[in-house]
Amino acid sequence: MLKSKTFVTKTRSGGVMKIVREHYLRDDIWCGSEACTECKQESTVLQKDAIIESNLCVFPHYLLPDTNVVLHQIDVLDNPLIRNVIILQIVLQEVRHRSPPVYKRLKDITHDKDKHVYTFTNEHHRETFIEREPGESANDRNDRAIRVAATWYNQHLKTTELKEDGLKVVLLTNDRANKEKAVEGGLLAYTCEEYVKSLIANPELMDHLALTSKEHNKVGTDKVVFPEHLPLSRIQAGIKSGTFLQGTFRASRDNYLEATVLIQGEGEDSNEVLLKGLPQLNRAVNNDVVAVQLLPRDQWVAPSLVLLQDDGSAKDDDTTEEEEGEKPLKNVGPELARKPTGKVVGIIKRNRRPFCGMLNVSSIKEATRHLFTPADRHVPRIYIETRQAAVLVSQRIMVAIDGWNKYSRYPNGHFVRSLGKAGDKETETEVLLLEHDIPHQAFSQTVLSFLPKMPWTITPEDMAVREDLRQLMVCSVDPPGCTDIDDALHCRELDNGNLEVGVHIADVGHFIRPGNALDIEAGNRGTTVYLCGRRIDMLPELLSSNLCSLRSNVERLSFSCIWEMNHKAEILKTRFTKSVISSKASLTYAEAQMRIDDASMNDGITKSLRGLDKLAKSLKKQRIENGALTLSSVEVRFHMDSETHDPIDLQTKELIETNSMVEEFMVLANISVAQKIYEEFSECSLLRKHAAPPPSNYDILNKAAKSKGLQIHTDSAKALADSLNVATVDGFPYFNTLLRILATRCMMQAVYFCSGMDSDFNHYGLASPIYTHFTSPIRRYSDIIVHRLLAVAIAADGTYPDLVDKHKLSALCNNLNYRHKMAQYAQRASVAFNTQLFFKSRGILKEEGYVLFVRKNAITVLVPKFGLEGTVFFDGKDRSGPKLSFDEEVPALTVDQHIFHMFDKVKVTISVDSGNIQHQKIRMELVEPMIPGVSREIQLASQ
Amino acid sequence: MAGLELLSDQGYRLDGRKASELRKVQARMGVFAQADGSAYIEQGNTKVLAVVYGPHEMRASRGRTLYDRAVINCQYSMATFSTAERKRRPHGDRKSTEMSLHLKQTFEAAVMTQLYPRSQIDIYVKILQSDGGNYSACVNAATLAVIDAGIPMRDYVCACTVGFVDETPLADLSHVEEGGGSSLAMALLPRGGQIALLQMDARLHQDHLETLMEAAMTACKGVSKVLDEVVRQHLQVSVLTGE
Repeated sequence: MLKSKTFVTKTRSGGVMKIVREHYLRDDIWCGSEACTECKQESTVLQKDAIIESNLCVFPHYLLPDTNVVLHQIDVLDNPLIRNVIILQIVLQEVRHRSPPVYKRLKDITHDKDKHVYTFTNEHHRETFIEREPGESANDRNDRAIRVAATWYNQHLKTTELKEDGLKVVLLTNDRANKEKAVEGGLLAYTCEEYVKSLIANPELMDHLALTSKEHNKVGTDKVVFPEHLPLSRIQAGIKSGTFLQGTFRASRDNYLEATVLIQGEGEDSNEVLLKGLPQLNRAVNNDVVAVQLLPRDQWVAPSLVLLQDDGSAKDDDTTEEEEGEKPLKNVGPELARKPTGKVVGIIKRNRRPFCGMLNVSSIKEATRHLFTPADRHVPRIYIETRQAAVLVSQRIMVAIDGWNKYSRYPNGHFVRSLGKAGDKETETEVLLLEHDIPHQAFSQTVLSFLPKMPWTITPEDMAVREDLRQLMVCSVDPPGCTDIDDALHCRELDNGNLEVGVHIADVGHFIRPGNALDIEAGNRGTTVYLCGRRIDMLPELLSSNLCSLRSNVERLSFSCIWEMNHKAEILKTRFTKSVISSKASLTYAEAQMRIDDASMNDGITKSLRGLDKLAKSLKKQRIENGALTLSSVEVRFHMDSETHDPIDLQTKELIETNSMVEEFMVLANISVAQKIYEEFSECSLLRKHAAPPPSNYDILNKAAKSKGLQIHTDSAKALADSLNVATVDGFPYFNTLLRILATRCMMQAVYFCSGMDSDFNHYGLASPIYTHFTSPIRRYSDIIVHRLLAVAIAADGTYPDLVDKHKLSALCNNLNYRHKMAQYAQRASVAFNTQLFFKSRGILKEEGYVLFVRKNAITVLVPKFGLEGTVFFDGKDRSGPKLSFDEEVPALTVDQHIFHMFDKVKVTISVDSGNIQHQKIRMELVEPMIPGVSREIQLASQ
Repeated sequence: MAGLELLSDQGYRLDGRKASELRKVQARMGVFAQADGSAYIEQGNTKVLAVVYGPHEMRASRGRTLYDRAVINCQYSMATFSTAERKRRPHGDRKSTEMSLHLKQTFEAAVMTQLYPRSQIDIYVKILQSDGGNYSACVNAATLAVIDAGIPMRDYVCACTVGFVDETPLADLSHVEEGGGSSLAMALLPRGGQIALLQMDARLHQDHLETLMEAAMTACKGVSKVLDEVVRQHLQVSVLTGE
């Protein structure tokens, strides 16, 4: 080991500070090449015969990309064709600093054994370290370091391989000056484009090339569409002085000209800034971190209630560019509704993943430049360059954004990969999963290797540490067709007249040991995702449907929570234990209900069920008295054709009493466990909370109730629950349900959190001061963590470092919350897709529905029969619509003569609009009340 | 900013060392003639001067005299210019008092105090430049100074700090690395493997403690080799030159 000089850097943190760090240079950093005999390395990464068919480099060679190539052409590097790449440490560091997502991908690539990517620590190598020269910029120094490393490699490989056409290193750089200097220094240097073009055998790689060169940027007109972004230094100075605000950009789903920026304030208060109009949005894409400048107060506007979609789908480039003579900010809105309005002055961090969507092929036949429409409506359309447009047009593809210059209405991007034919069930599901970032690959071999070996039996060692509860009358109650049964119940009378109730949860923690690949994978997936007709498991099938599933008449390990209660359902004693149970029956909700109702049945299970049922009712009463909310949402169930997996019938889910029976005991178990683990681990318990919504959320609910002459109290959960209970309108039985649906939408999301990081534990919806998830470890990772905590608390298992690290737990909570949210969205999207399939086969249906929301130019209608929500627009694109006037206070919309209020009963036709394959949608059109100009055409159609 | 990556995938630390490698240690003994013993040590960019007076009779507070062994009096201080920002460092602030106490405990365990009853040994250490591992550098410097003073010890006391990053123990932390999480300081009598002092403020799961201790011991033994070398060289030079 050679020891060497210190170097000096200056950083800024408030003032100027001089930082002195040591920098050791070594001579034991090896080159990583198989061909090398000089280096004393243990394992090599780079292959000896690194040949790829290229007409520029006919000899074996290694690629050495510079930072910008890695940043912009990561999709090329990611391609399995590109192998034998040397990534320099300096490149890795710069990438890490500039783009975390690319850095993560680069790391994944380096870890892929088949890619043969070697990371060379050039900054600490004795011969490749260079000092920055006076007057040399940091970037120039780094470029030089890259060249020096390339030269070293060339010489190093030459000395080892004495042949003429030995291995060479090819420097990839898109910087012209750098390339020239490299060639001067006797290196082989190409731009990424030149190199990829030279790969004769693989023309499809071209499509992955990101557009960066100048000539592509200036497309069409020289007209400047967007204002220039400010340089980063000015943005930072502006943020510091308070003239600019930093926040996350959220594009509006409903209106492509609008967006909000979420400003993270100090502590709790976070503000929103409204952005309106393309120049104000200034090329920001959903989720970017941007700097915004507030406009003067007199230019503030209100968010428009107009639904506006950017679908000039069939038009070619020029017309879309024309089209953007977008209306100026004319609807200023009433004084009160105006919000702080601003404009984007710069983008601080681009958070852009590849987007799924479809290609709108240019109308010019030979064109290679096409517009791509993402499935996610938050994202603008993207120009891409491809020669395979004809193939791709009917497919769902993924595209990544490369850049967006001020001359172009849309960003430039490149093709990443194709997902399959649009409209196919598989493709659409794939899109859905990708768009919601749901890990859905099959479990890897490493993960599967941690599964228990079959045949699996309960060992005597297990029995020794577990309570034997096999003789108890335990049964499970679940929806029909459920294979991952994670809970079972029992109830029996004790000698002293009290009741013993047990909730038995699958002991997943026994099979998944902390820290192994299986555990990490499950933690990343976070939750099982249920789509219509498909389930994406969190745990491998062997566990989820077999070893952990508490099926009837097999012995299973469980984690039990056992209470002693009196007949009034008051808890006298609580205990937790690891146990072995043998479920006597797996029932469906309906079967369980039948047993309870059938007076002739008097076996143990039925008695147990009756006891549970009685207690559950008392528990529910107590809970509702405490102010728990009963909310409502319409859930639908598809009956699938067993062969084609197409939906053949659609029903709204019905709730039976036994549903709520099981639910009641699960809630109770969760609360008991939450108390126990919090008692033991006040700093690192994983809990779940549900914050009370801010009063403004209830505006819409209040207005709606007022329109029917009712008053809703929203001061507390209890007041809300009570006033919802009495809010009924004679002759309108569905009204209460509608009101509850609205109330549900006012609520906040319940979230997981780590008890050491928060002080408010309240669960608003359940009216419980503390809550967690314990009862579904097969399908939720949070429950596995809670199991582990509880196991430690009762001394049934040991702790491990990450379990008691509140920061790691907090990070885990964030992931779980994200996964849960995404799973929920995916579920909804899946329902929507299947609804479309269903209605497609039905033709046009006429149904009754209720107005749920009134907007400025549309009404949202709920059809209870299908649980379907749709929007009826009154101002069509092609025709001048009827006269509209909108009163926001009521709210009411007057269309010609007719006034629409919330909860009005209407009749609509339902059909599928397949005009746009990308966004096939359910079209609803009004039949009753009859409004000329709106309902007419449909009447013709239905006749 | 993404924060610093303290340990890269290739196993190199920020300054190019591997996880278990120490910084370069350079030391000199007998730098001052007037004191009974003195030494100067550089551990990377951490530079420390240590001076020993004694054993001599109790001077200041005679009341503290011990009748079976010597009293060890330690004083730790940092030079105003020892950090990136020049700062006045008053004597007797909490941090340096604590450090003085730790040093005292360490040397009470190592010096054969029972040989000098009713007397006092003064050890003064001063940080000239600070870049992590202040305590350990002080202990190492003081050891050399005590040896230079000719005071009998059971063994060298060698100290080293170790940290825990990405499930890997890092030896001899620099200042940036100390900011990265848990750091443990250990003073060891290497020959017998006795621990004179062990100190850690951060939270660490007990499962990791053993690996961390092991790494600390290895690092301390590494330091002891270097110190031993320095002492031998010093003696050779002083014998040859006849000082």
